[in-house]
Amino acid sequence: MEHYSMDLTLRVWRQRNCTENGRFETYQVSDISSEMSFLEMIDVLNERLLQEGKEPIAFDHDCREGICGSCSMVINGRPHGPWKGTTTCQLHMRAFKHGDAITIEPFRADAFPVIKDLMVNRSAFDRIIQAGGYVSVNTGNAVDGNAIPIEKDKADEAFAAATCIGCGACVAACKNSSAMLFVSAKVSHLSLLPQGAPEKASRVLGMVAQMDKEGFGSCTNTFACEAECPKEISVLNIARLNREYLAASLAGD
Amino acid sequence: MNWKQLFSSSVGRKLVMALTGIFLIVFLIVHCYVNANVLFSNGEENFNRAAHFMSTNLLVRITELGLFAGFLIHIVQGYLLEYHNRSRRSSKYAMTAGNLTSTWYSRSMALLGTLILLFLIVHLAHFWVPSRFGELAEVSYAGKSYHNLYGRMKDIFSQEWVVGLYVAGCFSLSWHLLHGFQSAFQTMGWNHRRYSAAIGSAGIGFSIVVPTLFALMPIFMYFGWEIDLGAVTLLF
Ligand code: HEM
Ligand code: SF4
Ligand code: FES
Repeated sequence: MEHYSMDLTLRVWRQRNCTENGRFETYQVSDISSEMSFLEMIDVLNERLLQEGKEPIAFDHDCREGICGSCSMVINGRPHGPWKGTTTCQLHMRAFKHGDAITIEPFRADAFPVIKDLMVNRSAFDRIIQAGGYVSVNTGNAVDGNAIPIEKDKADEAFAAATCIGCGACVAACKNSSAMLFVSAKVSHLSLLPQGAPEKASRVLGMVAQMDKEGFGSCTNTFACEAECPKEISVLNIARLNREYLAASLAGD
Repeated sequence: MNWKQLFSSSVGRKLVMALTGIFLIVFLIVHCYVNANVLFSNGEENFNRAAHFMSTNLLVRITELGLFAGFLIHIVQGYLLEYHNRSRRSSKYAMTAGNLTSTWYSRSMALLGTLILLFLIVHLAHFWVPSRFGELAEVSYAGKSYHNLYGRMKDIFSQEWVVGLYVAGCFSLSWHLLHGFQSAFQTMGWNHRRYSAAIGSAGIGFSIVVPTLFALMPIFMYFGWEIDLGAVTLLF
């Protein structure tokens, strides 16, 4: 693929903290290489802002290799930008062309309050995990993991669900700010495995109750989440959550 | 405790929408089947007899109470859901993906539902009220007297704007169901690799066929068309 460089107009959301109102600020950047990642492009801009004595743009990032799920931002209306199955850090500038105007906003949901600029507080997800997204392991000798037989199909499906990196793009993409794709991925990856089966009912009830308490919306099955998820988590997991929730509510004690 | 949780949680709220939605879908099938009599020859007598059965049979009348409850719950819960979901994002996006990642009708269920509701009010005033409160002319077949609901339809559907309104109502219903049908199955957890394609196709088929049949009724009446099927009756 041909390398090229480009000049861009960036419209970036700037917000001092979670209580103040934010606004868009426009920046021109030039000589951006098509081989840069999107975050490297912001790094270049931030370098310049620092030299000009201005406040750099705050954004979250850690691994920059698509596995930690922290690089949350909405690029031209798309969580993690225009490429399918890709996090912002793995989005490359060849997705854009010379002269483009790019709007960059934080993930917007009341359950994800803005910390600063593009950084949001996604600890609601941690509290949902604490409400049931685990298996209890007793002390004593470690059991040989391979001693428990697991059907290959089930294992594959559990692994597919376990690829969720907890990035929150599903919430950002959803018109209802629903966290159902995330919660259903976590519910599924544990409940499909024998180790997760004993706590199946309490897990789904606990995680849904916490999800509601955190202020996420109800799922209306528009499936925008699945379309935007960088790990392409399937909405069939949401159907599984619904099934398990119904079973746990009706048959639980 | 679990029952309360079931109906107050986000998942439970959706379950109420799905169950009442499926109930309304079943109603639509019956309603469409009975009314389809007007499309065929001898429609007047066949339809008036069928309508008579529907308004005098005890079981049907009891089910009708359930139908009103179903509508009420679906509508109230629908608006509560919409209000609740809208209030989850106080700071709006400057740009959204729009139709790239979801269909417009899946995002417009409350709007489409509102159009159906407005249609429903007009529709009840046209037919249900006069039929229940005895403002209809009578006809007699084989010495027995029947409400001439067919004649009422003829009158009502002689006005262009009414025909237009009914066809528009059918479009709203079609789009509402295009999302609602498969959404209801997903909400009830009945979605699985093995049969999600079948549910999807059934949903599309239903959402097109049933509203089209309904839309044809005022059109047929307006133009005085009928399909000659000899003595075939869909329902007495
Ligand atoms: C004959 C009339 C109607 C039928 C057959 C029908 C059917 C359905 C079905 C099957 C669903 C899917 C449930 C789910 O997603 O789990 C649904 C959802 C919904 N309906 Fe209706 N409905 C009707 C009338 C109305 C009316 C009058 C309203 C007025 C507000 C309404 C508002 C909604 C809303 C807000 C939803 C949920 C949105 C969503 O799931 O995306 N519906 N309807
Ligand atoms: S389901 Fe997908 S979009 Fe949602 S948190 Fe997990 S990886 Fe991110
Ligand atoms: S920085 Fe880790 S996924 Fe993007």
